[in-house]
Amino acid sequence: MKRRLFMKGTLAGGAVTIALGAGLLAPRAALASWPKAAMESSSVGDTGEASGLVKLDGPDVAENGAVVPITVDAKGVDGIVESISIISASNGKPLVAKFTLGEDAVPYVSTRIKMGKTGDVYGVAHTASGILSDKKQVKVTAGGC
Amino acid sequence: MAKAAVKLRAKEKNGVIDIKCLLNHPMETGLRKDKKSGNTIPAHFIQNIVAEKNGKAFLHADVNSTVSKNPYLRIQVEGGKGDEIKVTWTDSKGKSGSGAKKSK
Repeated sequence: MKRRLFMKGTLAGGAVTIALGAGLLAPRAALASWPKAAMESSSVGDTGEASGLVKLDGPDVAENGAVVPITVDAKGVDGIVESISIISASNGKPLVAKFTLGEDAVPYVSTRIKMGKTGDVYGVAHTASGILSDKKQVKVTAGGC
Repeated sequence: MAKAAVKLRAKEKNGVIDIKCLLNHPMETGLRKDKKSGNTIPAHFIQNIVAEKNGKAFLHADVNSTVSKNPYLRIQVEGGKGDEIKVTWTDSKGKSGSGAKKSK
């Protein structure tokens, strides 16, 4: 009986902490979906298979690491592309952005990222037939992270 | 506010709307230090971006602090002239900004 009470107590306490944490970090409902664990993880994660169907475009040498233009084009993939992620392996937090694509969206994104030092940049497309990716090494002469 | 929260351009070609947008945001990582006082500047960056076409979301982005300051984003969606494109961001402090434009 005591054990049961204890469990209840911890569960309730846990729920409150989670609620508080979520409340502090995510005052808006839309924000609750931000994948904090994945974003703050230091691992590169699953980059899947290298594939010619996904194309990542970026500079060979980036003079300013604070602004590195990266384009990921997965238009060559047959079928539905569920999401496109940009991952910079040399960053402390490698996952830069994840674009979840809905109806009518064309699997193409272009943005500018920060890179601390020289490293591989991955463009990863989650498709119905598996995870496909392309990578490119970008040399950074002045870091900007 | 002097600057718009989102600068947006949308142009249709062959059934695909090409959207270019500039989001006005400092994107502080939380690692940078104030040169004068030596204090760390707290993290403040865009976490979510939602792009809509005629009120229906077609793209949702989870963004980390490693996206450049004043993020530039180019995305594409199937559609025609006159479709209304809206881009909304929400940052780590819960603030948000948006911009909307009809496709040309």
